[in-house]
Amino acid sequence: MTNSGWIFMVCSVGSVVALISWCFLKVLSMPSATEHMHSPIDIDTKDLNT
Amino acid sequence: MSRPKEQWASRLGVILAVAGSAVGLGNFLRFPGNAAANGGGAFMIPYFCALVFLGIPICWAEWTMGKYGGMFGFNSCPAIFGVLGRRPIWRYLGVFGLLIPVIIYMYYVLIESWCMGYALSFAFGWIDLGDDPNQYAAKSVEYFNGFVGANQDGLMLDGRLHISVVVWLVVFAVNFYFIFRGLSGGIEKFCTCAMPVMAVCALIVLFRVLTLGTPNPDQPKLNVLNGLGFMWNPKPVNGEGTWLSALAQPKVWMAAAGQIFFSLSVGFGVIINYASYLRRRDDVVLSGLTASATNEFFEVCLGGLITIPAAFVFLGVAGAEATGTFSLGFHTLPIVFEYMQGGRFFGFVWFLMLFLAAITSSLSMLQPAIAFLEEALGIGRKASVALLGFVTGLGSLFVVFFSKDLKSLVFLDDTVGTITIVILAAIQVILFSWVFGVDRGIAFAHEGAQIRLPFFFKFIIKYVSPLYLLTMLGMWFWKDSYRYFDQIRNDQVIALSFGLVIIVVVFLLILIHIGGRRWNAEAAGASSLLESRTPEVHR
Repeated sequence: MTNSGWIFMVCSVGSVVALISWCFLKVLSMPSATEHMHSPIDIDTKDLNT
Repeated sequence: MSRPKEQWASRLGVILAVAGSAVGLGNFLRFPGNAAANGGGAFMIPYFCALVFLGIPICWAEWTMGKYGGMFGFNSCPAIFGVLGRRPIWRYLGVFGLLIPVIIYMYYVLIESWCMGYALSFAFGWIDLGDDPNQYAAKSVEYFNGFVGANQDGLMLDGRLHISVVVWLVVFAVNFYFIFRGLSGGIEKFCTCAMPVMAVCALIVLFRVLTLGTPNPDQPKLNVLNGLGFMWNPKPVNGEGTWLSALAQPKVWMAAAGQIFFSLSVGFGVIINYASYLRRRDDVVLSGLTASATNEFFEVCLGGLITIPAAFVFLGVAGAEATGTFSLGFHTLPIVFEYMQGGRFFGFVWFLMLFLAAITSSLSMLQPAIAFLEEALGIGRKASVALLGFVTGLGSLFVVFFSKDLKSLVFLDDTVGTITIVILAAIQVILFSWVFGVDRGIAFAHEGAQIRLPFFFKFIIKYVSPLYLLTMLGMWFWKDSYRYFDQIRNDQVIALSFGLVIIVVVFLLILIHIGGRRWNAEAAGASSLLESRTPEVHR
């Protein structure tokens, strides 16, 4: 394994690991648009049944 | 539409399903051989250029087109193309988006069953390469030919129930079980479980390979570091000059682009179908990038560190130079596991992982056709699954029967798994950029997006991608078309296989024609509704 081989391997594997980590961090930390939506049962209409 | 619209249960689910569709045998078996033969580490420069400037932009275009079609209640490629292109011709061109997954499924499910068969072979010790290391290679090829029936046609006609036929039937049934369970209940749930299991299996094998050290002290050069070096050291393609000379060769750039292209499942008709089940405000830019990144993780970080180094450590340069999916996967690697301490366990884990990689891909090949049958004929899931099971079952039986030298399988892969994918991708890119409108497409992609498309996306998708794809098509016609049609004329099995493709095309075109009236009515209704609500998308 030459030095240039190490450089290519570390850069390739490192950049892919960095990309996938950033992507999943972003995906898991930000709620999707539909996750903001509430089903009718979640919505409090403030109506009283009395 | 009268049918209840299926949807993904979670964003992670759709990302893993798309990634599962992309991750297949090519990530572990095709990529390492391709890289080692085209400059080693130097190959990664054109590879990443192709990923950034070609693969991911086309993926984004497919995600966007799929989501757009889904707004009209459509999930199949012909219907979505009809909505995007607004001409009947686009609907008929959408036949490629069905032909590709259906035909590929017919032979891919067979390869998938080989992976399962090999996993069982290692688990139960069925595979025996003998005691003489000099005979391992011959025995490995003999075992493979015997298992897949490559010595004769009509594997199941020799009077006994062949184990590979039993495994094929079981794997075929498992695929349809999950498809029958539906999009979120079947595909999404399975991929959400299978993808992490795949990663764990690959990491187990990776750990074993990286800790091999120097297994044979008599041959100190055959160690894991030199194995990694064989894969990653930058080198000239023909052994002459410096590694920079590899970058001057057009074929290296074409090989890198081809690898990215086929690895990301671009032009399969799958991403469009999967994205059509998204909601309007769902993100496609970050999701598309994440699915692509996941595929790259399996390819570069796992495939790139396991296969070639393992083959080199035990078999030297001769073993590591074995390229091609079947040769590397089913001839060379069983020998590697024979030499390896604990090889039976690691062989089982490796082929189980390949099986999971294959089944997450094969499931994605069935869903576009299921959606199409439901839309075109107005039938329910039970009927569409039965009809598709019958059609793909007959086609797959054809491939199983004509098993001698795997002629039928290789021809179908050469036809539908290669050139028609480029054709469909070219159609998609032209449709998105020049017919639907790239500005309109970008505006729609940004609806609900959590990151912005890069500034170069417009230029790439409008000019670079079509030019590249048309160049690939031109090169194929120039260099390979004569050989292609010549083999159809000269070989009966290949001629029959070509006939199978034609029959499926005609069958699908008839169904598209039948579905046309239904889609026209639905598109007109949905379009007027959508336009009244969202003038910005239709400007």
